[in-house]
Amino acid sequence: MAPIIRSSPALAFLVLQISLIFFASTLPYSSGSEDSYTITGRVKIPPSNVIGHLSKFSNVKVILNGGQSVTFLRPDGYFSFHKVPAGTHLIEVSAMGYFFSPVRVDVSARHHGKVHATLTETRRSLTELVLEPLREEHYYEIREPFSILSVVKSPMGLMVGFMVVVVFLMPKLMENIDPEEMKQAQEEMRRQGVPSLSSLLPSAGASR
Amino acid sequence: MFFSFEEKKLRKVPRFANACGAITTTKKGAIPALPSDKKTLACSSHDLLFFQTKAPFSLTRSVKKTKPANAMAMALRLYLLLLVFLSSAIVSFSLYEDQVGLMDWHQRYIGKVKHAVFHTQKTGRKRVIVSTEENVVASLDLRHGEIFWRHVLGTKDAIDGVDIALGKYVITLSSEGSMVRAWNLPDGQMVWETSLHSAQHSKSLLSVPVNLKVDKDYPILVFGGGYLHAVSPIDGEVLWKKDFTAEGFEVQRVLQPLESSIIYVLGFLHSSEAIVYQIDSKSGEVVAEKSKAFPGGFSGEVASVSNDKVVVLDSTRSILVTISFVDEEISFQKTLISDLVEDSGEAEILSPLLSNMLAVKVNKRTIFVRVGDQGKLEMVDSLSDETAMSDSLPVADDQVAFASVHHEGSKIHLTVKLVDDLDTVLLRESIQMDQHRGRVDKVFINNYIKTDRSNGFRALIVMEDHSLLLLQQGAIVWSREEGLASVTDVTTAELPVEKDGVSVAKVEHTLVDWLKGHILKLKGSLLLASPEDVVAIQEMRMKSSGRSKLTRDHNGFRKLFIALTRAGKLYALHTGDGRIVWSTLLKSPACARPSGISLYQWQVPHHHAMDENPSVLVVGRCGSDSSSPGVLSFVDVYTGKEISSSDIGHSVVQVMPLPFTDSTEQRLHLIADTDGHVHLYPKTSEALSIFQREFQNVYWYNVEGDDGIVRGHGMKSSCSGETADEYCFTTRELWTVVFPSESEKIISTLTRKPNEVVHTQAKVSTDQDVLYKYVSRNLLFVATVSPKGAGEIGSVTPEESALVVYLIDTVTGRILHRLSHQGCQGPVHAVFSENWVVYHYFNLRAHKYEVTVVEIYDQSRAENKNVWKLVLGKHNLTAPISSYSRPEMFTKSQSYFFPQSVKTIAVTSTAKGITSKQLLIGTIGDQILALDKRFVDPRRTLNPSQAEKEEGIIPLTDSLPIIPQSYITHSLKVEGLRGIVTAPAKLESTTHVFAYGVDLFYTRLAPSKTYDSLTDDFSYALLLITIVALVAAIYITWALSEKKELSEKWR
Repeated sequence: MAPIIRSSPALAFLVLQISLIFFASTLPYSSGSEDSYTITGRVKIPPSNVIGHLSKFSNVKVILNGGQSVTFLRPDGYFSFHKVPAGTHLIEVSAMGYFFSPVRVDVSARHHGKVHATLTETRRSLTELVLEPLREEHYYEIREPFSILSVVKSPMGLMVGFMVVVVFLMPKLMENIDPEEMKQAQEEMRRQGVPSLSSLLPSAGASR
Repeated sequence: MFFSFEEKKLRKVPRFANACGAITTTKKGAIPALPSDKKTLACSSHDLLFFQTKAPFSLTRSVKKTKPANAMAMALRLYLLLLVFLSSAIVSFSLYEDQVGLMDWHQRYIGKVKHAVFHTQKTGRKRVIVSTEENVVASLDLRHGEIFWRHVLGTKDAIDGVDIALGKYVITLSSEGSMVRAWNLPDGQMVWETSLHSAQHSKSLLSVPVNLKVDKDYPILVFGGGYLHAVSPIDGEVLWKKDFTAEGFEVQRVLQPLESSIIYVLGFLHSSEAIVYQIDSKSGEVVAEKSKAFPGGFSGEVASVSNDKVVVLDSTRSILVTISFVDEEISFQKTLISDLVEDSGEAEILSPLLSNMLAVKVNKRTIFVRVGDQGKLEMVDSLSDETAMSDSLPVADDQVAFASVHHEGSKIHLTVKLVDDLDTVLLRESIQMDQHRGRVDKVFINNYIKTDRSNGFRALIVMEDHSLLLLQQGAIVWSREEGLASVTDVTTAELPVEKDGVSVAKVEHTLVDWLKGHILKLKGSLLLASPEDVVAIQEMRMKSSGRSKLTRDHNGFRKLFIALTRAGKLYALHTGDGRIVWSTLLKSPACARPSGISLYQWQVPHHHAMDENPSVLVVGRCGSDSSSPGVLSFVDVYTGKEISSSDIGHSVVQVMPLPFTDSTEQRLHLIADTDGHVHLYPKTSEALSIFQREFQNVYWYNVEGDDGIVRGHGMKSSCSGETADEYCFTTRELWTVVFPSESEKIISTLTRKPNEVVHTQAKVSTDQDVLYKYVSRNLLFVATVSPKGAGEIGSVTPEESALVVYLIDTVTGRILHRLSHQGCQGPVHAVFSENWVVYHYFNLRAHKYEVTVVEIYDQSRAENKNVWKLVLGKHNLTAPISSYSRPEMFTKSQSYFFPQSVKTIAVTSTAKGITSKQLLIGTIGDQILALDKRFVDPRRTLNPSQAEKEEGIIPLTDSLPIIPQSYITHSLKVEGLRGIVTAPAKLESTTHVFAYGVDLFYTRLAPSKTYDSLTDDFSYALLLITIVALVAAIYITWALSEKKELSEKWR
């Protein structure tokens, strides 16, 4: 009962056949209660180069209505929920490393459990219940490769940079100042007793 | 700024400064400019208000501690500076892959084992397949006890049976016998799944043919829901089914003799007539049917002793009836139990499957009864009551053995005997066993051939505390603490203070080693490290800085999480590495094993009574009924020793920790019983006098979920009556809130955490306005849903369901806020902190989950914004906060879509409540997502102004984002997640997070990054090198300048 309506009539017929076969195999067991149906779908995860892709696949869970029932994937990616009453349901896929949109699934009582599915995140309607991840999820930050910029940006880098500026640029600035003005300023400073760099350091004043 | 010469106003100045400091920290980016007057006054007046608060019931008592004003403000300013440097626009939890395991640990469990099947073929790895009470099916390594693979089935999908078919598939039967699944043995991939038809509740039986050949002639027989199904083990196809749903007919046994194509189905009709159907195993046709009435009637379990006989008790439980059913006629043979044993009482047949033998429990003794060929019974052995037995196991030479385990002192004795000859003891071992594991609950045995061709046995035993142990050659090979898979309550405890003179960590590093280590780290952080270096760094980090020391540390990172499990065992887990520091099994004089209910911090010495050890209160109960008598147990946190335990003689409905402590810092607790009385603990006169003082201010409430009533109570008087003591009090009903039962059903209630710390009541918005949070301890959040919508999603249309949430004051019963969501339904998961509630529910119209935030503010204080009012004293800020007053409220709320189902929500909590908060959302995929509170802020707008953006308001989006890097569980899952507990560390920026379910997970979070400490990655080497370089540069430049000066002088 995959919700399979295709535009191509030939395909539709084939699919109908398949779904009929499926019906044939499941209906006898749900004959007791008329209003319970089976939702069958498929989870498709694009093959990735990541090692352990298969183990990821075996740890995928498909969850109906926020935990009402939980099922697992067959090796081919198919899953099914049994004994689901007609109505509107929600299917979620929990797979590490992937983000799946929850799927709104309408099981129609009038059409013998025909299933209509819509992705709730993108509001995209699905012609068949094949669920694919919206995006991959990376749980870790990627370390930035070593770059000079990152060193410069770090507090230490800033300190060193400032030092360099002071050491190399300040003399240049001093040069631009008129020497007489400079002398005046220095004298003023001496008068005020502002300590110069040399007098700050120990032994500087004493030695000379 | 204002100046004043009055002493009174002068006093306000430091407070003002304090508030300035506080605002600079709460309002990010405000450092360059001093905060405006309005805000500061708002904040400082809030301080005023806190000092003068007098609460009715001190649940509302202020939580703010006074602090040295200026120094703190300075420190906070420094924090802010760092914040400005370190925080990006949206701080999300993020982790580099090599940081895994530094702060977090993860432990995988399976739960209490119900069934175990060994798979010990010569080739391949030896494993044991288990199914547990947590609905887990798992494959364990038999050598080390590690999990090869495991699957957690849905909560309603309890496993009824597990077996191995065809030597390569694990078959599980679950959901009361209506779901059969096959799992690939090596990797756990599901191979097929078949849903079976079921019509009624009945026993579920799984029978897998022992035959190892791939042969369709031997299908898996499944009985469940009144139907017998034959399922092909290869693809799960149902070969045939047979209806046994006849009125009053109960199937007891499905037997298939080896190499026989006939299946026998034995059942009782109205418990008085035995019916046997013979079914052809190929077609499912009933070949023959026999029945015979038994006038005495049957009761209890059926023991099948061989392929043609079963033994059952009659309705008086004093006669054993042997039923032979393979012959032409069903024949009964009665044996009085009193003939077998001397003083017989009511008997009970124990479940083990033993061939030609049955175990009967009479008079607290287990007797073994051999069933002779003619159905004759004779007693062969008897054992004490506390004996666990395994099923029988075929050993070499057509012999069958079984194991029994019994206790004796601190040892357990494992005995393996032959069923036919109980005198032949194949194995007798004594093993020292920890007393805190309790008795042996279950035994599973398996044999192997030793090198000398004799039989060796290994036994898998399940203890009373749910732990799983493998015994082999007289020793415990491995053990798993499976009790931790069923944690019911968690609390935190401090570790002891490091004593002087006892140096736990040795200074083993020389300076060179230390520098080497840091240079390695530096290399690592600059991505220059070679793979060997990376390994070395990782190793260094893992064992670094004594993170698993058993003493308190300066930052409060080392703590104990005390976990109470369903088995009534208490575990203390170290936050550093997750190891069990101590564990203790609760005992009670009244009943053998009380079940644990909840945990409370009983004594947390910090100011006085420093020499006392802290302790926790464990509330338990004897029996499963809520009216059964309660048990209190006090456990020392440092040692794990039970200080005392007492039967309290009354039931426990609700435990209320009061905000008072006595002189030894024991917290006062009230326990409400089913009669509507409350009892005060501890039962000391001092506690009584403290309680009497606050007698009029103590209120409590209870929620009657089934009737839709919330009741508020006040204290009335002491209990009257003979049995009552002076610590018992009666209560009077003050108010009731009755929800109309035809339209509303309570599905969730929630209050704030009682120990939560709120930093500031004022909230400054961008337009320089001040909002006052309504911070009350007495708020109750109630969510109701239409009775139709109480079921699962899909069972109701949007028109039929509505969700209504209430905020109720629990002292006065006043409904402060009511919000209705049409077309929505539960389940509601909510979190309540400070003045806001965030709740998660399902919107049926959009068919999406939604999250709504409601923030509640105090309107009556909003008028105090005028400086002059404050100066002239015309403000109401000094009015005490009281639940009796009816302040004007207003609320703000906003809703967002959330793309996942949620299992639980929690919120981070920090020591002083300054750090911004994060919601911790446990998703349906068993991961935990950290979502910044700023995403659920009702002030979010579509186009925030520049000022709002600066304040950190995020543009409004219709759904909340899921940023994969902010999963705090990173690439791990906390299978079967049930709860998240947060606890503050001493360091303001940091919070402990502990999540429990089938798995346990712990991590340390810094919601605004660690602005108050250096990270582990901080490179001291780089700092040192920089300093050295700077000093060198200074000397070089000094020398140069000297030279220049000299040359200038010469000129």
